Amino acid sequence: MTPRPYRVVSRRDDLIDTVTLELAPVGDACPAPMAGQFNMLWAFGVGEAPISVAGFDDGVLIHTIRRVGAVTAALCASVDGDQIGLRGPFGTGWDLPRATGGDVLVVAGGLGLAPVRPIITDLLANRADFGRAVLLVGARTPDALLYRDELEGWRGRLDLDVEVTVDAASPAWRGDVGVVTRLIERAPVDPANTTAFVCGPEVMMRFAAQAVLDRGVPATHVVLSLERNMHCAIGHCGHCQLGPMFVCKDGPVVGWTDVEALLRIRER
Amino acid sequence: MVQVLGAGGLDEIVRALRAQGRTVVGPVVRDGVITHDVIDSAADLPRGWTEEQDAGRYQLAPTGTDEIFAFSSPSTSWKRYLYPERTLLIRARRRRDVVEIHEPEPEAPPMAFLGVRSCDLAALDVLDRVFLDPDATDPTYAARRGDVFIVAVACSFPGNTCFCSSMDTGPTPRSGFDLAIRELHDGASHDLLVEAGSTRGAALLAEVESRAASDTDVARAGDSHDRAVAGMGRRLRSDDIQRAALDPDHPRWDDVAQRCLACANCTMVCPTCFCSATEDSTDLTGTESERWRVWDSCFTLDFTHLHGGSVRSSTRSRYRQWLLHKLVTWHDQFDASGCVGCGRCITWCPVGIDLTEEVAALARSDESVPREGAAP
Ligand SMILES: Cc1cc2nc3c(=O)[nH]c(=O)nc-3n(C[C@H](O)[C@H](O)[C@H](O)COP(=O)(O)OP(=O)(O)OC[C@H]3O[C@@H](n4cnc5c(N)ncnc54)[C@H](O)[C@@H]3O)c2cc1C
Ligand code: SF4
Ligand code: SF4
Ligand code: FES
Repeated sequence: MTPRPYRVVSRRDDLIDTVTLELAPVGDACPAPMAGQFNMLWAFGVGEAPISVAGFDDGVLIHTIRRVGAVTAALCASVDGDQIGLRGPFGTGWDLPRATGGDVLVVAGGLGLAPVRPIITDLLANRADFGRAVLLVGARTPDALLYRDELEGWRGRLDLDVEVTVDAASPAWRGDVGVVTRLIERAPVDPANTTAFVCGPEVMMRFAAQAVLDRGVPATHVVLSLERNMHCAIGHCGHCQLGPMFVCKDGPVVGWTDVEALLRIRER
Repeated sequence: MVQVLGAGGLDEIVRALRAQGRTVVGPVVRDGVITHDVIDSAADLPRGWTEEQDAGRYQLAPTGTDEIFAFSSPSTSWKRYLYPERTLLIRARRRRDVVEIHEPEPEAPPMAFLGVRSCDLAALDVLDRVFLDPDATDPTYAARRGDVFIVAVACSFPGNTCFCSSMDTGPTPRSGFDLAIRELHDGASHDLLVEAGSTRGAALLAEVESRAASDTDVARAGDSHDRAVAGMGRRLRSDDIQRAALDPDHPRWDDVAQRCLACANCTMVCPTCFCSATEDSTDLTGTESERWRVWDSCFTLDFTHLHGGSVRSSTRSRYRQWLLHKLVTWHDQFDASGCVGCGRCITWCPVGIDLTEEVAALARSDESVPREGAAP
């Protein structure tokens, strides 16, 4: 339960309310994370928040944080050289290798792009292991689109299909308009041989999972990442429970078939 | 091997435990209830007191005898001695942009628990499963629990809200103790039978004055156990639990939500409820900070707070979470029931909600069946 000090080595404003921090250990580092896992980031005197690993490169952790309350505001306010606390990694990972030999369909809504980013980087690093690869991104508005430069770079590649849609376009927007499920309908994958990784607000994930199933992707090949209130991340505080699961350790990445029934029950 | 304590034997046990440097905690009468506190001698125990418990009701009453353990579940459980209401997790200091973080050594005063009921012994086992998980051991709990000496007591007078025999956790302690006492009081004779459950328990028992129990003593103990089982105030049927879990939209969930105040009393008195929140604070200069873990409850609205609202915003969903966690999903998580049948949540609910009654009602698909009065 004790965080280790990490130093902010780089800070980038992504969106009006979203910041990406690169963090390097001051002393002993926490163990290397797997894609899909999260860390508990601690802002001195304010508190902790679970934040997904958005990247891990040469010992440096990348976290993208949206300012929604006290803890995230304090984290977003940190500047180069500041120290914050960090413990982790926690939870289950995406386990990209489960898709080896098949097609990969990644669906991200809003800030959900941060937790799936390591899927894309891992996939591109081992590109030959997979069939077709598709990334579908939905955002409320063009201004709420995360990692725009990186998306541009990925879009230019021949070995990755990137489609972006926004709910409400601005005059300058030339891309798709509409919900991300629409992109799923025409994603160029072989459904029977596809693994789908879905991350975003819970409602969006439910619709996206359904659209993926409607395309014919087997239910056992659909995985998503859940969000719940978390205080401890080690199965002690009880806050993250969803039925029999502690989302902090049995999740956040879960199979659709394991949670479908639970997510259907209102206020479960 | 069962022994019968000599007169003053119980006090000798307390003295021997204190001589080991232990703080002895036992049941005491305080503020009109039987609760737990530090005791100096057997004279501090609630000799001559019993209580009447019922849904939403607790009344201390004199027994008119000199019995010491003539009551059932004390108002508080043992969890606060192993898992305190507030625990300091870290202390940190910030100087310019350097942060130093210290984890305090857990305080682990050597303790002895005297008078642990069978349901509460089961509750300790339940908490062990949560906090002594080899993958995530809680240092405070582990340090306090590790060495605690346990003197259990068999229940002769189960309360009206008790249902340990339904949960297979009592009324007679079977394991998990160093010593177990049974008080036998029938007019002429008043004896304390003691059995050791560990080597150190046997060693301590050898230090105090006692004689071997006779066959008659053992037979009387058996009768006392049978009477306790027969006198159990409430009952919970396991097939009802299975059925109660089936329908998340059963109208009874709305019905109980109408009555429940979401006050969290039930979770505070429960010997197994373990939920907590963490709280941070700083001193006025903003250079020193502390992080505390405090008891929390699934009945609070904040408990499931996410940006955009709470997952369980209705009382209905929170009561459902509590009940189904206790009785159903706890098994999935910890391979044990989260309810040990101590009855505290029934007694201490200000509006007298009784989980045994709720489960029985939820198990019926016919919602028109009127609410049953409390069992016998
Ligand atoms: C597995 C997981 C991964 C996440 N990844 C990211 C990410 O990569 N980037 C990102 O910006 N956000 C992420 N979140 C959401 C983020 O953790 C919350 O937005 C954050 O905890 C809000 O804290 P706050 O104090 O700033 O907000 P407030 O809304 O002010 O919080 C108020 C209170 O609610 C509590 N609270 C609110 N949401 C949560 C929560 N999820 N867990 C615990 N307590 C909460 C706070 O502790 C506080 O006490 C993730 C959440 C989870 C569960
Ligand atoms: S749920 Fe009620 S009866 Fe069961 S252990 Fe907790 S307080 Fe006791
Ligand atoms: S069941 Fe009773 S004790 Fe528990 S929260 Fe509701 S009103 Fe309070
Ligand atoms: S976050 Fe505490 S139990 Fe999962």
